Amino acid sequence: MAPGLPRYLVLRSARAVLTVWGVVTLVFLLVHLLPGDPVDAILGDQAAPEDRAALRTALRLDRPLVEQYRAFCADVLDGSLGRSFRVRDQRVSALISEVLPSTLGLAAASLAFALLVSLPLGVLAAVRRGRGWDKAATTFALLGAAIPHIWLGPLLVLAFGVELRWLPLPGDDPGRPLALILPALTVGAALCATLTRQTRAALLDVLSEQYILAARGRGVPELTLLFKHALRNALLPVMTVAAAQLGALLSGAVIAEKIFERPGLGTLFLDAFFARDIPVVQGCVLVVAATYVAVNLVVDLLYGVADPRVRLA
Amino acid sequence: MSARAERRAPIPPFGVVVVTVFALLALFGPLLAPYSPLAIHLDAQYRSPSAGHLLGTGDNGVDVLSVLLHGARLSGLVAVCSVLLSLLVGATLGALAGYRGGRTDHLITGLADLVQAFPAVVLNIAILALVARPGVPHVILALSVSGWVLFARIARAQTLLLRESDFVAAAKLLGASEAQILVRHVAPNAAGPLVVQATSALGGAVLAEATLSFLGLGPGAAASWGALLDQGSAVLLRFPHVALIAGGAIALTVLGFNLAGDYLRDRLDVRITRGL
Repeated sequence: MAPGLPRYLVLRSARAVLTVWGVVTLVFLLVHLLPGDPVDAILGDQAAPEDRAALRTALRLDRPLVEQYRAFCADVLDGSLGRSFRVRDQRVSALISEVLPSTLGLAAASLAFALLVSLPLGVLAAVRRGRGWDKAATTFALLGAAIPHIWLGPLLVLAFGVELRWLPLPGDDPGRPLALILPALTVGAALCATLTRQTRAALLDVLSEQYILAARGRGVPELTLLFKHALRNALLPVMTVAAAQLGALLSGAVIAEKIFERPGLGTLFLDAFFARDIPVVQGCVLVVAATYVAVNLVVDLLYGVADPRVRLA
Repeated sequence: MSARAERRAPIPPFGVVVVTVFALLALFGPLLAPYSPLAIHLDAQYRSPSAGHLLGTGDNGVDVLSVLLHGARLSGLVAVCSVLLSLLVGATLGALAGYRGGRTDHLITGLADLVQAFPAVVLNIAILALVARPGVPHVILALSVSGWVLFARIARAQTLLLRESDFVAAAKLLGASEAQILVRHVAPNAAGPLVVQATSALGGAVLAEATLSFLGLGPGAAASWGALLDQGSAVLLRFPHVALIAGGAIALTVLGFNLAGDYLRDRLDVRITRGL
């Protein structure tokens, strides 16, 4: 194994575990840090005293803070994430694992779309710098980053569902593969724009490096130069940006699930919000944040394996 | 100014125009609105744009233009307040982290990392879930909880640079307190990148408020662009004009603030460093 690698892997993983612990603590504290009584938020201020007391017990608000925290951590550690208020005594983890595949599928499809479009477009823009393709890609990147999910979704529905009738409308059997296309475009557009810009910038950086000039001087064909020498190095920072944008992707999924009436983590989260089902709200937030930390950990670890310079940081 | 320079006096850039128009509408929009945004005309629901209703009517026959004009004020209020609060908290914490270093730095940077592990929209919703009847102040607070991080990172990076400068060393020798150094010497010199970031953050806050209202979590009864878009989306297949107009207003404003931020960055020639 390369020097410094085990140390890097261990340290980086330890930091991720620490971050997840921080995430758990923050989600726990959320209920306590905010002004106002969560019992009021859930029941309204007209509730009967015995209902309030019962809820207080259910939320464990009647116990000392340290004990509440210990119980919350225990729920996380045994994997149940507590019990829902709304669905009688259902474990939060069961509710989440029921809908998670649908949301992960949407996120994966969005990511695939973003990568499939942004990589070729970014490469083309960098190679044809300053010309038509570059201008088109740059404009696309600007508009794609600025167009809100909440508008792009309805626009796509109007164009491809209503006018052209190519793709299903929101609510038509969300299980069909075709029904995944418009939500994935909606969620992936902003990421696609960001990655196009990143790919272009990273490739332009690499292409001006000495070793590329040297290879060109040796007579390496342009295509080999581009794909074998330049792109490999340029893609590393692009992957890091993609992982860092995962949060935006998951936020986008929440919004797209509402627009396209798809079941998923976002729908569960919003339903729990309106029912003030606090354990489910906390569970959803926890799962989303932990996913974010885990994916960034994996990308950083791979990065550390691929690029020895990273380990020194 | 020479005649030549005068002839080349630039057309104001698109972003600046959009931001100016938005600011004017936020200030005076409600005065210009032809109808009350809450006036109900059940016999005139979802009419297409016409002379009586320039942008048509929406749910319950409300005048879309009037809702937009009133909604601009809500958007502007939420955006300005949440960005100011984020800027104040973020810049203070960031400057402290950069200036003191050591444990303070670890603590603040760690907190920033932690908040960034939560997607902003998800964190905002979780915060609003714990409030009985979310109103404008709650939305502002929720947006600031996720909003301060970027300002803190920029302020920290700037302070790290300025801390080593001669004029800060001189001020220290003259016996200036930490607060004096940060406020009188560091803050003015770190302002450029923060102002640029604040400009794009305003667009982000307009979008965030619209998104929360669209999801049904916004501040209740008030006229809001996001709520209008939500109503429009519900009848998208039959009456697309409502969603198109509301979404277009949101998208144009966000794009305008982004472009204005880029323009300011070029004009002030600041390089935003977010490195940690």
